[in-house]
Amino acid sequence: MNRRSLLATAALGLGLAFSGPGLAQDKTKACFVYVGPIGDLGWSYQHHQGALAVQEAYGDKVDVSWQESVPEGADAERVLTQMALSGCNIIFTTSFGYMDATNAVAAKFPDVKFEHATGYKREHPNVSTYNARFYEGRAVQGHIAGRMTKTNKIGYIASFPIPEVIMGINSYYLHAKKANPNVELTVIWAFTWFDPAKEADAAKAMIEQGVDVIASHTDSTAPLAEAAKTPGVIGFGQASDMADYKPSPRVSSIIDNWAPYYVKRVGEVIDGSWSQSDTWAGIKDGEVEIGEITEAIPADVRAEAEALRDAISAGSYHPFTGPIRKQDGSEWLAEGATAPDGDLLGMSFYVEGIAGEIPQ
Amino acid sequence: MFGSIDPALLIASLMVNAVPIMLAATGELVVEKSGVLNLGVEGMMIMGAICGFAVAVVTGNPYLGFIGGALGGAALSAIFAVLTQILQTNQVATGLALTLFGLGLSSLIGQSYVGEKPPATGDVAFGPLAEIPFAGTVLFSHDWMVYVSILMVAAVWWVLRYSRTGLVLRAVGESHEAAHALGYKVTRIRMLAIFFGGALAGLGGAYVSLVRVPQWTDGITAGAGWIALAIVVFASWKPWRVMIGAYLFGGVTVLQLNLQAAGSAIPAEYLSMAPYLITILVLVIISSGRGRASLDAPASLGQNFHASR
Repeated sequence: MNRRSLLATAALGLGLAFSGPGLAQDKTKACFVYVGPIGDLGWSYQHHQGALAVQEAYGDKVDVSWQESVPEGADAERVLTQMALSGCNIIFTTSFGYMDATNAVAAKFPDVKFEHATGYKREHPNVSTYNARFYEGRAVQGHIAGRMTKTNKIGYIASFPIPEVIMGINSYYLHAKKANPNVELTVIWAFTWFDPAKEADAAKAMIEQGVDVIASHTDSTAPLAEAAKTPGVIGFGQASDMADYKPSPRVSSIIDNWAPYYVKRVGEVIDGSWSQSDTWAGIKDGEVEIGEITEAIPADVRAEAEALRDAISAGSYHPFTGPIRKQDGSEWLAEGATAPDGDLLGMSFYVEGIAGEIPQ
Repeated sequence: MFGSIDPALLIASLMVNAVPIMLAATGELVVEKSGVLNLGVEGMMIMGAICGFAVAVVTGNPYLGFIGGALGGAALSAIFAVLTQILQTNQVATGLALTLFGLGLSSLIGQSYVGEKPPATGDVAFGPLAEIPFAGTVLFSHDWMVYVSILMVAAVWWVLRYSRTGLVLRAVGESHEAAHALGYKVTRIRMLAIFFGGALAGLGGAYVSLVRVPQWTDGITAGAGWIALAIVVFASWKPWRVMIGAYLFGGVTVLQLNLQAAGSAIPAEYLSMAPYLITILVLVIISSGRGRASLDAPASLGQNFHASR
């Protein structure tokens, strides 16, 4: 868990410091902070794949280092400070909860570039944010869920009530509802990104209450392992393909492909063209991939899901297209209107039809 | 508010949920009864989780997996035993270090097992008994580890209360000097108790990776060991209360997820907090109860012993 690759990095940083500024310029150091273990096979695993791609792309020109399982909060600030001191040129902080820590440390190290995933605060010129349009993938999952459920009950294991998750819930529900007007959505808030036993318990609670399609917004494969115990229950790979659970219960997946972005940004640091930006890429850009839809899904449903994916990719369809009302019945999007990014990034309401309240 | 929750299924899943913490807490109870405070439960559990998982995957036999888990936990506890009993290190610091070490080592061993699936641990076949409405679901639909965990509590209770071994163990925990003066091998008894505690913690860990979440991921026990430690205090060092504590904790955890799934009107934050709030509440009630229960801690708990003193 605490594989301190950081220690090696720190030692190396010290070495560079002593070997003079000339040499220190030679190599660019890219550092990554993960919220869970790389072995989660989900969120952190995919970020690490991106980090490895950076190493692959630039070979000797970069040093890549990382630290796993860094808690969000005060610990993150300490880890970031240490990374900045150890000579990192660019630091990727890969969880929403690192937002304030990233900005606080960035203020102290104006020469170090910071890239914060899924956040919206860019308080200093050396902080960029980047995100993926996961809701596009959720639309495809929602469609499959609506078509496949036999009990008309579908579930969503949510992590924390942040816009990214709420957006996912809304997109999943809207498309399930479109495919099957009788569908009911059950949301369980796990209040964790990574706790396999709890994620499995949440899936179990849903299954016991008749839910037969489960999407998860947590980082481990535990919900799929739990779904595998009950025949007829299906789920989706989250963040990574989770291909071990093919062809069922894992019938499709959302794959976060961070590699192109990481390679591009580190490249910009190497050639000096890096500047602050806010990137939000989706299926079109290859940052969100839809994993293989398996043969457990009937051919017609598969074709519909793939058509939906392609329409989103081509830009001819936006998952949030009006008319859409908020949960309280007030209008959000008029007929034919699509959601502006600003609305999505600050989303704090359920759409009409979802029961329950979002925890504050 | 309890709309779609089936009470039989709820009770059945809380029993499953409680197995790892119950096993680990029972083991720790024996360790503490012998006067040793081993805070490394989390580390021993996760070692049991990976060792059990590895053995089960390699041999294809879940039963061997559980034995492997118990051995893995016991092996890690052996380090603690040697350090604290022979080299006389501080028990609190050593226990904490053991947890950190176990987490790291399990991650290292687990590298090549990520993504593997263990062989299934089947339910015990009770035949017609399992068909009984309600009781069948609650009592006769589990895998055999659920019954082992209950038998383990019963066995520990019986041994501590009625057997000579239990009396000696308690004597060592209450006053190691008196026990030593009577000719009992304090260090040896304590080391055996530590191995037993490690084995049970390992068994609990193996249950997490083989049954509850049948897979290996780093940090899979996610703090269950700390809860086991709290349950021992909660139970004021009495085996049956350990069982109640584990079921209470497991029950509240399962209930809060079920309430959310059933669309309860209670906000999710309060439900998530509930298991911990209730633990704190019970600890407060227990320790205020005429001051007796709180004094049930073994008198030599956490103190090192050397025959020369």
